[in-house]
Amino acid sequence: MNIGILLKEGPYNHQASDTAYNFAEAAIKRGHRIDAVFLYNDGVLNVSKLMDPPQDDRNISSRWTVFSQKYGVKIFACVVASKRRSINEDVLIEGGVITGLGTFTDIATRNDRLVTFGD
Amino acid sequence: MDFVQDMNIKKIMHVLRHAPHGTIYTYEGLEMILIMATYDQDISVVFIGDGVYALKKGQETSGIGIKGFARTFSALDGYDVEKLYVDQLSLEERGLREDDLVVDVEVLSSEKIGALMKEQDVIIQH
Repeated sequence: MNIGILLKEGPYNHQASDTAYNFAEAAIKRGHRIDAVFLYNDGVLNVSKLMDPPQDDRNISSRWTVFSQKYGVKIFACVVASKRRSINEDVLIEGGVITGLGTFTDIATRNDRLVTFGD
Repeated sequence: MDFVQDMNIKKIMHVLRHAPHGTIYTYEGLEMILIMATYDQDISVVFIGDGVYALKKGQETSGIGIKGFARTFSALDGYDVEKLYVDQLSLEERGLREDDLVVDVEVLSSEKIGALMKEQDVIIQH
C-alpha cells in the first residue's frame, strides 16, 4: 500500500511526532511504501536542525534525516506554516523540503491512504 | 502544477473539531481548505464538537488581539466549497441553532456524517 503521512504536532511537546516515525518504520517493515511525510501546524518544527536535545534523548529532526536517506522519503514542510514558526532553508535538515500546499494536495490524493498524526 | 490538474477529482473532507481560538488548528485548517479548493477537488467541510463554534455569529476577537476569521467561512462558496456540514448533536450540546451560524450549512445527524465520511477518498482532521 502507498501511504502519505500528515504530521501536525511539534517534536517533544507531543507524542505525535514519535508515533508518526514509529508508524512509518513499521509500515515499511511490513512491505508498505511511505510516499512522503508532510508537516503542518507545529509539525514544521520537526525539520529544524537547530534542535539539540540532551545526549541521552532521541534527536527527532536527525532521526527524520536518517529516515529520509534510508528510504528515499522526503519530509515536506508547509511554507506558510514554516514562516510563522521561524523555519526556513537556513535551518532545514537534510531530507527536509519547504513547499506549498499544492504538494500536500498531491500527496493526499495520489496514495492509497493518508494517515494523520496530531490532535 | 500540472501533475495535480491531471489527476481524477477526489472526494476530500476536512473535519474541523476545535474551537476557533485557543489553538491555531481551525485557522490553519481554513487556510488549507482555501488552497486545496484551487486544485479542483471535490471538497466538503464538516464541523464537529467545538468546531461548530467557528461558525457562530457575533464573534468579537479584539479583546484577545487576534484577527477574527468567521466571515471567511461565508466566502467559501466563492472558492466552490459549497458542501458545509454541521453535526446536529454538537450544535444542540452547545445550545446553538442553525440560525446562530454565519453561513448556510446542512445540519446532519452523526449517522449521516459517518455515512458521508465513508464515501470520501481522503479525510483530513484539523
